[in-house]
Amino acid sequence: MTEKLALEGVEKSFGENRVLTGIDLAVQEHEVVCLIGASGSGKSTLLRCVNLIEPIDAGRIVLSGNRISGPGVNHNDVRRRIGIVFQAFNLFPHMSVLQNVTLAQQRVLGRSRSQAEARAHELLDRFGVGDKHGEYPDRLSGGQQQRVAIVRALAMDPELMLLDEVTSALDPELVGEVLEVIRELAAAGMTMVIATHEMAFARDIASRVCFLDDGVILEQGPPDQIFTAPHEPRTQQFLQRIVAAGRL
Amino acid sequence: MASKGDRRAGPEVAGRSSKLLGGWRAGDGRRGVGIALASTVVFFTVLVVVVTHSPGWPEVRKTFFDWGEFTSSFPEIGRAFLLNVKIFCISEALILVFALLLAVIRSLPGPVFFPLRALAIAYTDFFRGVPTILVIAILGLGAPALQLSWVPTSTTFWGVVSLTLIYSAYVSEVYRAGIESVHPSQEVAARSLGLTRAQGLRHVILPQAVRRVIPPLLNDFIGLQKDTSLVSILGAIEAFNQSEIDVNATFNFTPYLAAAALFVAISIPLARFNDCLAARDRRARELQGVR
Amino acid sequence: MRKTLLLATVVLAALSAGSALAVSSSRSDSSQAASSAASCAKSSLKLVNAGTLTVGTDNPAYPPWYAGGTPKGSFWKINDPDNGKGFEPAVAYAVATKLGFTKSEVKWTYVPFDKSFAPGPKKFDFDINQISYTPARAKVVTFSSSYYDVNQALVVVDGTKIASVHTIAGLKPFKLGAQLGTTSYGYITSTIKPSQQPSVFQQNAAAIQALKNKQIDGLVVDLPTAFYVTAVQVPHSKILGQFPTASGGEHFGMVFSKGNPLATCVDQALASLKASGAIQKIQQTWLAKATGAPVLK
Repeated sequence: MTEKLALEGVEKSFGENRVLTGIDLAVQEHEVVCLIGASGSGKSTLLRCVNLIEPIDAGRIVLSGNRISGPGVNHNDVRRRIGIVFQAFNLFPHMSVLQNVTLAQQRVLGRSRSQAEARAHELLDRFGVGDKHGEYPDRLSGGQQQRVAIVRALAMDPELMLLDEVTSALDPELVGEVLEVIRELAAAGMTMVIATHEMAFARDIASRVCFLDDGVILEQGPPDQIFTAPHEPRTQQFLQRIVAAGRL
Repeated sequence: MASKGDRRAGPEVAGRSSKLLGGWRAGDGRRGVGIALASTVVFFTVLVVVVTHSPGWPEVRKTFFDWGEFTSSFPEIGRAFLLNVKIFCISEALILVFALLLAVIRSLPGPVFFPLRALAIAYTDFFRGVPTILVIAILGLGAPALQLSWVPTSTTFWGVVSLTLIYSAYVSEVYRAGIESVHPSQEVAARSLGLTRAQGLRHVILPQAVRRVIPPLLNDFIGLQKDTSLVSILGAIEAFNQSEIDVNATFNFTPYLAAAALFVAISIPLARFNDCLAARDRRARELQGVR
Repeated sequence: MRKTLLLATVVLAALSAGSALAVSSSRSDSSQAASSAASCAKSSLKLVNAGTLTVGTDNPAYPPWYAGGTPKGSFWKINDPDNGKGFEPAVAYAVATKLGFTKSEVKWTYVPFDKSFAPGPKKFDFDINQISYTPARAKVVTFSSSYYDVNQALVVVDGTKIASVHTIAGLKPFKLGAQLGTTSYGYITSTIKPSQQPSVFQQNAAAIQALKNKQIDGLVVDLPTAFYVTAVQVPHSKILGQFPTASGGEHFGMVFSKGNPLATCVDQALASLKASGAIQKIQQTWLAKATGAPVLK
């Protein structure tokens, strides 16, 4: 298996605030890596750095063997290859669902309108929101909107998908439909890095789980190991709190 | 930030929130209207009585409210008003475009664009500060004075140019407010799909920004409509100048009233249209929730 | 929604009722000028400032109507009426003397043109500012008799197409200009009837600049002003000609508030000055150059 994504010694600060320290992470093709940790531990920041939304202060990020961090890199090209979905969906409210999904395909990938729409319909149907293609985002439920957001990113045929707590803003009864989509993507072999609070899901789907604590990857390993027999005391503490809250 | 569950945040929520703001209960409706009615009638009656019983009233009435003068001067003033409308329409079209350009320039990021941004800021500061009539006088009388054969001398041309320069400064600020009111996550989402900054601006940010500022835009245009009368300083016979001609010929001020009536006649529908758009936009945003 | 509509209707009705009361449909003439000839003795004159003859005129005070310059920092621009020089001060002081005022008992006050006929009490006894008598204007203010019979003239720039025109008909294709408040504009539209819409300027300065800029081809002003324009304001310009006197003639009169008995006294003074040749002498002193322009037909 080839290495899809590598973070080497990545550091990131916001002003005085050190958010990521010495992050080393390698993601193989087809792997699903779940990032878990408390709020503020740096999960979102890590993903945003990979997508070049935030510049890193030190270290390297490598995608499919090419360095993508640092000077001299075309950010738009990189972002085309990586799909990212946010907690707040961020659909474009002034466009229909179909337009949301075809806009970047046409403008960035240069697909014709019919090509873009065909791909859009294919994905929308596959994830159960095909009948909503003519609607505007404000008419959709949260779960539907998030599924559309995932489709929008997928339509670009990315090499890698980053999911930043995509179910955290949803009502519990809607979380399931989105998790289903992610499950299916994983089964289809999409390389993914997923920041999530859904522990049961992570346990189920991840090839590897990374526990982030205060900007550092404290521990990483297969889900069974992390969830049942974590090495680090802080990992244990975190998981205990999760279990106590009834979320595992 | 998500809309709560599957239920649409529909008219009930909208109705509830506006009721909250209005502090209004259903039964208050009829009583409220009654009070408003009565107080309006009383107020206007008092006003009319006070004015018509003042000592100078007969002379003022003859000088400012002469119906004969009104009807005889109105047709000419109406014809002259067409010039105001022409200047207004051409300027408005140019302003909408030029101001957008200015607003986009001001939003260009990074140190490499600093000179352009600085220029745009200096431009808006200057043209918002300088009185409109000065710009029209200096450009309309000064530029043709250079005696360059390719410089137009038409007063309409310089009126349009001056008004465009000035109002673009105001309107670019309105656009900027609109652009800044679009949540930054929209730009993040656009860029993360691989869209360039320009593409994001064009397809995602600006369409949302412009929709939001249509009310203040229309507001500026109601002001523009009035300022078209300043072209009179260049000698052009627009409505105000025509009314002055009539006033000076007869020493009666009623033609001013006729000109005023025309200006108001245009601005009232514009203002109501503006309110209608604003209400529609507000309802739409209440329904979708602020994201 | 219905409530709003109802409220709007009521407000509209109230407004209409109010306006209907306000607008008159007939033009009622106020009482005619001068109650039975009151004495014109200086002591019995009704003046706005007791003991002083307050004369109004506009600022700047242009030649040849005013002359003698103005001291630095003075409120009056170009000329100070107080120095008594120029056609209109000469006439005004001559009239004042006839009424029994000394020079120091005459005070000049600034009256913008449109304040001279605005309703309400005037702050001058009379206004002298090259204001032409018209019957319409005489309904609102009282005019003295003529102190100057005036002709309109056309100023053009040398070497332009219009400069070779010799007839009124030949002026039709050109863009002409006039100043607001003068009868020149009326003359253009009623007699010359050009094919291009003329320009009308609120200020002399704008009119002059427009002529220099070739934004207008010709400027119609009264003859004496035309001489000042060609002599001083616009280089390389000339008076193309003067227009034939309109039937009944056009004349300047002093402006009084409607019905002011002072007008009768001033008329008497003017009549006596004309009879003695004094007015003609004043004209010769100050407006001598303002003769001898060809009459356009």
